[in-house]
Amino acid sequence: MNQSVPAPRFSAPDAIDRRIIAATQTGLPLVARPYDAIGEEIGIGGAEVIARLKKMLECGIIRRIGVVPNHYALGLTANGMSVWDVEDEHIAKLGRRVGALDFVSHCYQRPRHLPLWPYNLFAMVHGTSQAEVDDKVAAIAKLLAGAVRGHDVLVSTRILKKTGLRIAA
Amino acid sequence: MGRILDDTDRAIVNGLQGGFPLTETPFADAAAKFGIGEDELIARISGLADDKLLSRFGPMYNAERLGGALSLCAMQVPEARFEEVAARVNAHDEVAHNYARAHALNMWFVVATEQPEQKDAVLDEIRHETGIEVYDFPKIEEFFIGLKVEV
Repeated sequence: MNQSVPAPRFSAPDAIDRRIIAATQTGLPLVARPYDAIGEEIGIGGAEVIARLKKMLECGIIRRIGVVPNHYALGLTANGMSVWDVEDEHIAKLGRRVGALDFVSHCYQRPRHLPLWPYNLFAMVHGTSQAEVDDKVAAIAKLLAGAVRGHDVLVSTRILKKTGLRIAA
Repeated sequence: MGRILDDTDRAIVNGLQGGFPLTETPFADAAAKFGIGEDELIARISGLADDKLLSRFGPMYNAERLGGALSLCAMQVPEARFEEVAARVNAHDEVAHNYARAHALNMWFVVATEQPEQKDAVLDEIRHETGIEVYDFPKIEEFFIGLKVEV
């Protein structure tokens, strides 16, 4: 369900797609026929809205459609951005294994900025307490043992801004 | 949290993080697997959203596939200037999220732009406005993105 897959037949969104995106990026209307409602708003039929959403889902413009839980409100108040200095030749394989852990919400390879920043694997870990986050980071350390030269965990101390991504029509 | 989730709420949060039907009456079609009706599913999602237990309900778009740029950036901000710099960074609409983190690099934010070339311009503006280096951490490879929350 959540696994991102390579995009088949990617095509860039056209003007109508972009209007659908603009109309739905903050959410779907909570009515019995939400796609008809969107269609009405932008002047196309509900069936076309469905067909276009389906295509955007298939080619990866849409990751998924559903509820987006608020980690924080659901009790997962502790999080840590765990960062790892993984040997380059092993990162593809190990990154996938870390990303598959069910307590990791985002997992990316990113560039190092030496000497300040030696870490190239970022894995966001969530838990109900800091101790739980620490345990989970320890589990990642175990998984990466032998291929990792160092790691750190950056705990967020404050949310300074949180908005959705905005896309103009 | 000011609300106790019942089993049905939990099933909805756990079971509807993807796969919402692309059908004429998606709530009616999705409601069946939770043993409730269309109206109740709409009411529960609406209630969960009102109580902020959901940050959103609908399609989750992949900003990069839309042709724009998205990157994680970090700055090393002196404590005395933290609020001022946060305000300057946050003033950019392209900054979607910004977190204070306990590290020498103590401010981490996501920049999303509609045109790929705009990203570097935004980072340059922030450097210029604050006099502080902005480190850019664009993704090289994505291993997973998703919220596998179980409640």
